[in-house]
Amino acid sequence: MQAKGTPDMLQDKDRIFTNLYGFQDFGLKGAQSRGNWDGTKGLIEKGRDWIIDEMKSSGMRGRGGAGFPTGLKWSFMPKESDGRPSYLVVNADEGEPGTCKDREIMRNDPHTLIEGCLLASFAMNAHAAYIYIRGEFYHEASNLQIAIDQAYEAGLVGKNACGSGWDFDIYLHLGAGAYICGEETALIESLEGKKGQPRLKPPFPANAGLYGCPTTVNNVESIAAVPTILRRGGSWFSSFGRENNHGTKLFAISGHVEKPCTVEEAMSIPLRELIEKHCGGVRGGWDNLLAVIPGGSSVPLMPKDVCDDVLMDFDGLREVGSGLGTAAVIVMDKSTDIVYAIARLSEFYKHESCGQCTPCREGTGWMMRMMTRMVRGEATLDEIDLLWDVTKQVEGHTICALGDAAAWPIQGLIRHFRPEMERRIKEYRARIAA
Amino acid sequence: MSHLRRPAPKELQPVSFAFTPENLEKAKKIIAKYPEGRQQSAVMPLLDLAQRQTEGNWVPTVAMDYLADMLDMPAIRVYEVATFYTMYNLAPVGKNFIQVCTTTPCWLRGSADVVETCKKELGIGVGETTEDGQFTMIEVECLGACVNAPMMQINDDYYEDLTADTTKAILDALKKGEKPKTGPQSGRKGCEPIDGPKVLKAFCGCGAAPQDADASEGDA
Repeated sequence: MQAKGTPDMLQDKDRIFTNLYGFQDFGLKGAQSRGNWDGTKGLIEKGRDWIIDEMKSSGMRGRGGAGFPTGLKWSFMPKESDGRPSYLVVNADEGEPGTCKDREIMRNDPHTLIEGCLLASFAMNAHAAYIYIRGEFYHEASNLQIAIDQAYEAGLVGKNACGSGWDFDIYLHLGAGAYICGEETALIESLEGKKGQPRLKPPFPANAGLYGCPTTVNNVESIAAVPTILRRGGSWFSSFGRENNHGTKLFAISGHVEKPCTVEEAMSIPLRELIEKHCGGVRGGWDNLLAVIPGGSSVPLMPKDVCDDVLMDFDGLREVGSGLGTAAVIVMDKSTDIVYAIARLSEFYKHESCGQCTPCREGTGWMMRMMTRMVRGEATLDEIDLLWDVTKQVEGHTICALGDAAAWPIQGLIRHFRPEMERRIKEYRARIAA
Repeated sequence: MSHLRRPAPKELQPVSFAFTPENLEKAKKIIAKYPEGRQQSAVMPLLDLAQRQTEGNWVPTVAMDYLADMLDMPAIRVYEVATFYTMYNLAPVGKNFIQVCTTTPCWLRGSADVVETCKKELGIGVGETTEDGQFTMIEVECLGACVNAPMMQINDDYYEDLTADTTKAILDALKKGEKPKTGPQSGRKGCEPIDGPKVLKAFCGCGAAPQDADASEGDA
């Protein structure tokens, strides 16, 4: 049934993050009552290869936005140390506009993440993990640190973690307000005490990452799902969602819905079902929908007719020229000034460009200024094509994906809302002519 | 660019900086998180510690020099970090440092009303500080609480699900020296729907077994 893209509503017994809403104790006792830290030693005893194979068979694709298969990523780490230590680094620098899922894991279910760090680190021969959390998440970091301290005290991490014979340390590192540090190599630079400017790849982090050592960077949600996947089996996780798009997933639905919320659902759920079942529908009804940005600000928007039957997964959204990204669904009804909505994102990317690559440093400013004029219609019709050209000059010409992320929202706007842009320009020109 | 991103003028810069004994202990613990010889990794948390210690919630240039010595790194490398990351204030801010998110998800839910209310109630513009030094207000980019939009951060606390009225109430409380309730101002606990969790009810003290919750769903 799910293979046809019409999954039933996910049942609570199949939800990983059962304290998502924070009604229960986030601490160790609460976590254990929810099944965390149950038989962790036994999972470690099954061995590194078993863990990686289960992760591969689960079909988990990274939850941070890029969607790279998690088990495969882990298998790139060296099996034997050449003298250098290996590291797991958890990307908790959640800052993609629309995205607020990792926050809930860290403040309400932090032990899922800590246990996941132990299992993932063991699988990758790492004795230490660093969690890089955005600096603004002061209270989330505080809860997470309390949970880490509890885990140390209970012998779940530290020397001989869970009695497994594996020594494992886990550290929290706070960022200080830079979106770019969500890019994995910028995050590593930042963790080393530098400006967060992305590195050229190769070398990839699995060969030379943190302190020049083999490193894997994973998103919070990816790692926090690991203990449950290993306990219930990769085949359990892969039973949700379509082929190549498996598992359960946290969706954060914001904007013009009646009841914005974050919810764990099966992958491949139809967008309309997600909004109508969990969020009380679009404000003013489905027909009042203008457009949706389905995966955080970096992915192109989709007009209503695409939203009517699109499935929320990596392939479904790619096929319609958008992307799942972080599964942060930003809903816009017909009252929205769609040009401003995208122009505001252009301002975001201009603010967050690290300044390293010329096309992005200069291009994000260029695009923002043009978009600001487009909001008022203060442009000529052929400047829409010029703007499109500029986005194409930025896209694919930078070290990291921020350049692409700045270009795509504008491309989505031009692709789907060009008539609206033209209308504003014509009106503006008629006004100044009069 | 905000004036907070440029070092404060000379007349505001103190002539010396040193961690208090208590913060020095904290600093040693922070440095110990990183491998030997990798103490530079501690520069970000130590800048934060220095900012928290400094009256006016900012990082004076002399504190950067102090950290450069402590971490055995060139001063310019500390300056680079302090100027790159927006959470380090390079000039003093008010006792209540208000950061209103105005990125698209918050804007869609009315962040312009929050900014306007702050302006009106405090009598300052974006990036300005009240004369009594109690409030500074700036606009910031996405703070990662989008399903609870619009929202603002005041010092370490998030205030979410804001309206013009609740924004005013928070500011009024702060003016009186009170500590307003943090988090969503709409009555909900966190990121669940406004009228209560629709799923995970058994985990939310809402009584109903998960199966019942599912059974009550109609087809969309």
